[in-house]
Amino acid sequence: MLQPPLFPANSISVSELTRYLREWMESDELLRDVWVQGEISNLSRPSSGHIYFTIKDEYSALKCVIWRTSAGRASANLQSGLAVEVHGYVSIYERDGAYQLYVDTVRPAGEGSLFQEFLRLKARLEEEGLFDAARKKEIPQVPARIGIVTSPSGAALQDILNTLRRRYPLVEVVLAPAAVQGENAPAELAASIERLNREPGMDVIIVARGGGSLEDLWAFNDERVVRAVAASHVPIISGVGHETDFTLTDFAADLRAPTPTAAAEQAVPDQMDVRERLLGTQRRLKDALSGIAREEKLNLAEINRKLSQASPLMRVRSDRQRLDELAGRSLTGLQHSFEIKKTQTYGLDQRLKALNPYGVLKRGYAIVTNGADEIIRSVDQTFQNDALTIRICDGVVPARVSDEPRKFQAGEECND
Amino acid sequence: MTEKKTEIKNLTYEQAFAELETIVDTLESGQLPLEQALSLYERGQLLAQFCGNLLDQAELKIRELNPAGKGAAEEGE
Repeated sequence: MLQPPLFPANSISVSELTRYLREWMESDELLRDVWVQGEISNLSRPSSGHIYFTIKDEYSALKCVIWRTSAGRASANLQSGLAVEVHGYVSIYERDGAYQLYVDTVRPAGEGSLFQEFLRLKARLEEEGLFDAARKKEIPQVPARIGIVTSPSGAALQDILNTLRRRYPLVEVVLAPAAVQGENAPAELAASIERLNREPGMDVIIVARGGGSLEDLWAFNDERVVRAVAASHVPIISGVGHETDFTLTDFAADLRAPTPTAAAEQAVPDQMDVRERLLGTQRRLKDALSGIAREEKLNLAEINRKLSQASPLMRVRSDRQRLDELAGRSLTGLQHSFEIKKTQTYGLDQRLKALNPYGVLKRGYAIVTNGADEIIRSVDQTFQNDALTIRICDGVVPARVSDEPRKFQAGEECND
Repeated sequence: MTEKKTEIKNLTYEQAFAELETIVDTLESGQLPLEQALSLYERGQLLAQFCGNLLDQAELKIRELNPAGKGAAEEGE
């Protein structure tokens, strides 16, 4: 009997241990991602949709579970007794303390050797540089002509055509039909890729096939096809199988799309984006022109201003102004001198009037003439009984000298 | 400016759009005689219109190469 130590270590609970083991397993690199081969037994498909089975060989057994979510593709042909290879991770079902394989992929045993072949070819071509990122050609954003290599009767073609119609119907499709599975598929696929490369104006090629089993897709791992893809001078988009399928064609292609539809989506822009871009460019066109027009108008205004400053018209105008000024001034001058003349003339006239001998008569003076019509200026011209004529302002008075005329003495004469 | 005055109706969408973009770039850079700017603008408008029409009227054209690989048989759809 084991003697208990004096100070026993603390025990841990079952669930603590189990959780510890689970975490340990789940962090192990091999257990996280492992292929296991064996024969199926105890297969059960409860209504939950999960699938439980055991795989075993002569010595051991391993519990396996496939969750409903991954059951669809992986499990179609499972049956007890079948030799398979299953892929997944190992962990513990804590309630039972049982470790098991959580399976995500199942394939018939024997495909494993196909897979080995795949890996060998992949390694070889990779070493040759066929998959180098540097070799990848750029996919044109807006292609005019698209080549499609696929089966003319497959769903993949319809998926692609529908996608192209919806997204970008401007594109021209050149279909190069090829079998996508079976003996002839690799040769036909390679030939079609090469023929599309000889077509003029090819912008991009889609190599596609709908989903299928690993064997169905096998042609796309054929060296001839892979080399044709790598040698294509037209960019190639691959869309083979489903999201999870990878073929060597995918590695060699310039762009790998998960499905044929996705390949078509990658090949062309969405026409909504194209339209938007077109509208934007149209707007830029209009803006650019009105910008130019605005600038030209400014330039024009500026030049116009300069021109009118330098213009002879400007001089004519300024000369005319000066002329008007001069004319104005000369007119004033003229009027002025006219006024002066008028005043002078008036003065002269007045003086003239004053000098009119007849004017004097109005003031009461008289002019006396003798019979010979001589104006009498002196007493010496008259004698007693002479007939004289006295002229006053409104008529003449005949008169006779009644007495001897008498001459003034000194001091008596009139002042002149 | 050097002009490849291809008739617009013979252009592909991409060619027409590329020329439209070149025109816009040229106009935006300024430095053009007004007359030339106007004629560029006119062509730009025609190109834009052409592109729009192409988008509106587009129908996927499909041509199938002869499966035998003996030359290309034209088959419109």
